[in-house]
Amino acid sequence: MSDLSAIAAISTPLGTGGVGIIRISGKSATEIADRIFVSVNGKKLNASKGYRAYFGKIYDGDSPVDEVVCLVFRAPHSYTGEDTVEINCHGGVFLMKKILRLVLENGAQAAAPGEFTKRAFLNGKLDLSEAESVMTLISAQGEQGANAAFNQLEGTLSRKIDKINSSLLSLAAHIAAWVDYPDDEIEELGENELYNTINNANLELSALLNNFDSGMAITNGVEAAIVGKPNVGKSTLMNLLTGYDRSIVTEIEGTTRDVVEETVNLNGCILRISDTAGMRETGDIVEKLGVERSRKKLERASIVFAVFDLSKPLSDEDRELINECKGKNVIPIINKTDLKPCLDVDYIKNTLNTPLFISAKNGDGYDELCDRVANLMGTKNFDTSSAMLVNERQRACCQKAVNALNDALEALNIGLTPDAIGVCVDDAIAALLELTGQKASEAVVDEVFRQFCVGK
Amino acid sequence: MEYFAKDYQVIVIGAGHAGIEAGLAAARLGCETCVFTINLDWVGNMACNPSIGGTSKGHLVREIDALGGEMGKAADANTLQSRILNLGKGPAVHSLRAQIDRRLYSDYMKHALEIQDNLDLRQGEIIDIQKLDNGKWQLKTHLEAVYTADCVILATGTFLSGKVYVGDVSYESGPDGMFPAKKLGEALKRIGIPTRRFKTGTPSRVNKKTVDCDALEIQNGDERIVPFSFDNNRNIQNKLPCYITYTNLDTKDVILKNLHRSPLYSGKIDGKGPRYCPSIEDKIVRFAEKERHQIFIEPCGEHTEEMYLQGLSSSLPEDVQLKFIRTIPGLEHAELMRTAYAIEYDCVDPLALKASLEFLDYDGLFGAGQFNGSSGYEEAAAQGLVAGINAARKVQGQKPLILERSGSYIGTLIDDLVTKGCSDPYRMMTSRSEYRLLLRQDNADRRLTPIGHEIGLIDDERYEKFLKKLDLIAAEKERTQKTVFAPSETLNNILVSRETSKATTGVRLCDLLKRPQIGYDCLTPIDVDRPDLPYEIFEQVEIDTKYEGYIKRQQAQVDEMHRLEVQTLFDDIDYNSILGLRLEAREKLSKIRPHSIGQASRISGVSPSDISVLLIYLEKERRNDK
Repeated sequence: MSDLSAIAAISTPLGTGGVGIIRISGKSATEIADRIFVSVNGKKLNASKGYRAYFGKIYDGDSPVDEVVCLVFRAPHSYTGEDTVEINCHGGVFLMKKILRLVLENGAQAAAPGEFTKRAFLNGKLDLSEAESVMTLISAQGEQGANAAFNQLEGTLSRKIDKINSSLLSLAAHIAAWVDYPDDEIEELGENELYNTINNANLELSALLNNFDSGMAITNGVEAAIVGKPNVGKSTLMNLLTGYDRSIVTEIEGTTRDVVEETVNLNGCILRISDTAGMRETGDIVEKLGVERSRKKLERASIVFAVFDLSKPLSDEDRELINECKGKNVIPIINKTDLKPCLDVDYIKNTLNTPLFISAKNGDGYDELCDRVANLMGTKNFDTSSAMLVNERQRACCQKAVNALNDALEALNIGLTPDAIGVCVDDAIAALLELTGQKASEAVVDEVFRQFCVGK
Repeated sequence: MEYFAKDYQVIVIGAGHAGIEAGLAAARLGCETCVFTINLDWVGNMACNPSIGGTSKGHLVREIDALGGEMGKAADANTLQSRILNLGKGPAVHSLRAQIDRRLYSDYMKHALEIQDNLDLRQGEIIDIQKLDNGKWQLKTHLEAVYTADCVILATGTFLSGKVYVGDVSYESGPDGMFPAKKLGEALKRIGIPTRRFKTGTPSRVNKKTVDCDALEIQNGDERIVPFSFDNNRNIQNKLPCYITYTNLDTKDVILKNLHRSPLYSGKIDGKGPRYCPSIEDKIVRFAEKERHQIFIEPCGEHTEEMYLQGLSSSLPEDVQLKFIRTIPGLEHAELMRTAYAIEYDCVDPLALKASLEFLDYDGLFGAGQFNGSSGYEEAAAQGLVAGINAARKVQGQKPLILERSGSYIGTLIDDLVTKGCSDPYRMMTSRSEYRLLLRQDNADRRLTPIGHEIGLIDDERYEKFLKKLDLIAAEKERTQKTVFAPSETLNNILVSRETSKATTGVRLCDLLKRPQIGYDCLTPIDVDRPDLPYEIFEQVEIDTKYEGYIKRQQAQVDEMHRLEVQTLFDDIDYNSILGLRLEAREKLSKIRPHSIGQASRISGVSPSDISVLLIYLEKERRNDK
């Protein structure tokens, strides 16, 4: 059984604990981890003998996501008895989910309830007396899963998926009838119709995938960091956003020495904001540690407020901050609009993003800031009653369907024959049926006979 | 007076398309075999359309041939016209179909059975069947001869308690005016076999001299004829054309006015008819917006003027049939030779069968063909072959041959039947296979001939030939990877003429073949070192190359599924005692008794968590055994 394909899940409770663990188990677990993890010493997990820890960073493409420690276990010496990688990241729902998603996108399947335990048993890691309880556990969780699936079946998500699926089914049936009944004058599917149906389904599913992030932002919140050199008004901004004096504000540079955190709700988008120590070279040990933490917060945040002082010219510290912010989800905030402007705003605009002008002190620009955040996180026009993927399993199914549809579009684009397009559409249908907990079976065939006049 | 006639290892009841393959396979694998038929003059009768193959059915015939069956060779020997359907829709759905001389086909098959070693062919109606205490099956003919056998294969087609309907006339009958097997139907009920009624139908036949062929569109065969058999040495020629015509509003009018005289619409027939083979009255009612329906007029043989009217299946009264047929262009003066009819017959719920086609509850009893709820000559032959092989293997104490879905349409057909059952006669379709890019008619030998050789139906000589073909394919594939063409004017002219981008650097032959627009056919001017190989070698290399990505994608799915297919579930598992299985899963699993985890996972009502529980149960049992 040790050749089962890799599965992954978050294996610590979802919450804002200190450390979160994402476990990958199964064939090519180390290869999958290597696709997103770069260790500081350049060592590959796939080359590891096991029972080793590796320090490094998880990357989403080129941008770092988190500093982590990866533990490698080789079969049979792991909980499941399979090759296993445990990614120990900083706690936090958003971060853990983000890393899990990267793992799933890079080849692992989302683990079903009890699946690690099941594999542990199948690989001989649990004894017989435990087997019975595992079976009960799996069936209980399966029941629960079935109930959950049933509830969703009644809901908007399943209606949405059913709608997309029925357009694909109708398409697949048309292809099938056209192919299986060449004598029956079935109208040939026009390339446009084929393209449009597949493309529309693809767009709708992609929108669901995108909404998944916005939905997560609404339900779980996102990490945001306020960064900038000392005394640009970060803490004033924090207080503006929280609506009370959360951070101590003085004119003395370096007042905020440690990270101050608070959760705020900006027009429906939940931000877990960190007000950080101003970034500068400093000899003060305590302040230095604070600056270090600021950097980490900046690296991990999903959204960054980079604050600049309009009344002062651009400094080296500002430029360094701009460099560190490149490639992040950043909103440049030009503070102190109540003072005389001195800052090279164009430089910021050209290197980062269109800046937002505010006066944190008297609250000017607050509404615009809320708007920008909502736009950035996709929560602005997010209709919470619309269809939403609610977990990673559903997301993975949806992603599978999107991948298959992309393959179908690719086949169509290069002019490949309809049989190749047909199997991709079938795969997408199967993935969507899996999402709603149904079986593929006869769906297409039934549709052929319902829709078309075929037969001798 | 009853007398004991003979003991056999395998007895096949019925000499239709299923019975023939079953009998030949069992005898060829060394079993003393007897095939019984009600009428020796109609062995392998094509009671409906005079053609073999078609979409996905052509795939089945090639698979039967690749495993060592007879149908492909018989079709090649008696072809009137041959065509590949679906050209341009992709190699996965290219389908071979041939019009067949049905009388000669029947003679060919009768003779094949007659000359087969270990095989007796007997005319006789089996009227009783029962299991003896010594484990053997005992059969009795209407002439009171008693036969015994280790294994019996039921391949009764539409004969079992058959009843024919034409309008308000109905009578007990088999197909084409033959006797029905009424007493056998009763005997099977007596021993508790769960039978049910299905229905099918066939259109009228008309005399060609009364058809105005000059007024009709002609459909000719292909210029390059591809045989069904991979082992064919014959030079196959197109001998007769088919014709095409259409129904019109007058046809519709006649039918609608007389609908009340159809036994289907008046509720006289309760048998479940096939969805894919609707009668003309069905089509006109259900698809009312269609103004015309296409009709193919097909020859039944070289030595007969009988023409088959494909698309005009009906159970309306004879006078109405004549009336609506004569509304159709080209058929204005048509004279009927045989009248269209519907036939109702007994068959079994295939959920009562294992994937070996042996009954779950009747040791040594097998079912094949229409008896199992399928429809079509090719579907029948495929099951006959598998039932014959498995009856022989049972006699010889070997494990049954179970073909995987991922390896063949035959495996898909049987898995569908025994796992999902069927609520109307089951017809094969390419869309039923999730692996259809892999299960092509062109590579049936690559998929199945090694299996045919291993079980003993493909002899060493044919197998050697097959291995040589594989070597040629491999060598040519290597050549396409090593051959590089410079970006010459000749090459670019070819590429431009095929509407694909020019080459700017040297380009490998295999990379050119990857382009959908490019094939071996257009590269001849520059591919000067091309070896002289049979067409099918180039065909295999081109398809493998062009569809590589998609083939790999399907292969990955196959590999994933295969892990589950090889985990055996034994017949005697008590699913009710397995803790953690949901109630619905217990019921379904107890009824269907799947042979593998893979099959179990396809049963509706068995969830992924049930499968997990089964895996754990299996592991537990395995450890207990240690």
